[in-house]
Amino acid sequence: MSSTEAADDDHVYLSLAEGHDDGDARWAFGTGFSDPLHGVDTAVPDAVDGSALAAVCLALGDDALVASQRLAEWCTRAPELEEEVALANIGLDLLGQARMLYARCGQVDGTDRREDAYAYFRAPADFRNVALVELPNGDFALSIARLLILSTWRLALLSRLAGTSDPVLAAIAAKAVPELTYHRQYAADWVVRLGDGTEESHRRMRAALRELAPYVEELLTATGDTVPGILAAPDTGTEAVREETLGVLRQVLAAAGLDLPERPAAPYRGRGGEHTEHLAPLLEELQSVAREHPEATW
Amino acid sequence: MVTTPALPDEQRARRIAAEVPDPELPMLTLADLGVLREVRTTPDGTVVASLTPTYSGCPAMAEMRADVAARLHAAGFAQVEIRTVLDPPWSTDRISPEGRRKLREHGIAPPGRAPRKAAGPVPLVLGATRQAVPCPRCGSTDTEQTSRFSATACRSLWRCHACLEPFEHVKEL
Repeated sequence: MSSTEAADDDHVYLSLAEGHDDGDARWAFGTGFSDPLHGVDTAVPDAVDGSALAAVCLALGDDALVASQRLAEWCTRAPELEEEVALANIGLDLLGQARMLYARCGQVDGTDRREDAYAYFRAPADFRNVALVELPNGDFALSIARLLILSTWRLALLSRLAGTSDPVLAAIAAKAVPELTYHRQYAADWVVRLGDGTEESHRRMRAALRELAPYVEELLTATGDTVPGILAAPDTGTEAVREETLGVLRQVLAAAGLDLPERPAAPYRGRGGEHTEHLAPLLEELQSVAREHPEATW
Repeated sequence: MVTTPALPDEQRARRIAAEVPDPELPMLTLADLGVLREVRTTPDGTVVASLTPTYSGCPAMAEMRADVAARLHAAGFAQVEIRTVLDPPWSTDRISPEGRRKLREHGIAPPGRAPRKAAGPVPLVLGATRQAVPCPRCGSTDTEQTSRFSATACRSLWRCHACLEPFEHVKEL
């Protein structure tokens, strides 16, 4: 065939239809066009424990997916269009990270599942995200304070995982680092602006930090649960992630005229599947279309 | 009559893949953008094209893969394989000088040099650190960022105080 018309056709959907001749049906929902790790060498090095690697990918993937869903809830509700676009874009980055992490998990956990199986067909108790990401959005201050805490911790962890012994996880982490750097910067700027702003904005940011403080410890402790054996060297391990996270939070909060209140840790263990009552309704909405039409293709 | 010698398959495939436009910045080709890493042919005649995603969540990645495959099929290559390359990650430093020129021509300020990765924790800078992004229309550096994000993940929104026009800037990554 030498159809130059086809070659000249820029129409995305035509190209998609033509290009998709590898037998993979596309779902009517989601972006299951193809594996986000399509064509990446999937071999697991001998030195890497596959089940530990899968646990890391799942935990970090779940954090990202649930956080992304909460950020998406701001669409049409953000205080300004610019902030709506920002929150949606940050959510999109996290969704992309989740997709690659799920795909990697499916390659190494022995189930050969694809990304959609993790996102759409697991029960709340099978999710391994920390409680921090599933809490309702609250006001803009709460969402921003959460984003600062999450992106600070995630950046500290993933910048270290970029040197891990599984080359695929290392590459996913390295790719995420500049994205998370940008997210953290965005959140930090807003925390300072609100904390050092009006009396009302200061009050709201203070209240947000008070509400979130009990969930910080789970995140920091979860580093150890998240990365068993992956972060071996002490200077790159759990304690280093904790120190960096708390150090950056102190830096931002000091500039904002705020601090992280000392509060007892919340009792949830998201890495063990023990979640708040907020996760189930979030997943119900996220999974509703996929569950209603599990085989839908277009 | 002059006949042009036929290009070897690999070279022809590379040229075709390189000319595929980016779905979100259609003034750029995938080669300009630096997402096309490699095109080669295997002994059995399969064309293997390697692409690298810009952002983890870039929704255009599926389109890019499909577009490259479709163009190669249309040019007569029956066996086409598209691979994803994650390492080393894409950076805006991969955008070619030609790509930067085209961005500017279309009113989009090209990225400056991407931040160098140093050892140790990624530093966080608070306070007014004004990055000088020249206006792609009038060239003035009297510009101001109005939003860290824009219509796609790779761009931010700016305003020029000299010519008063808003413009987009491809963020350094």
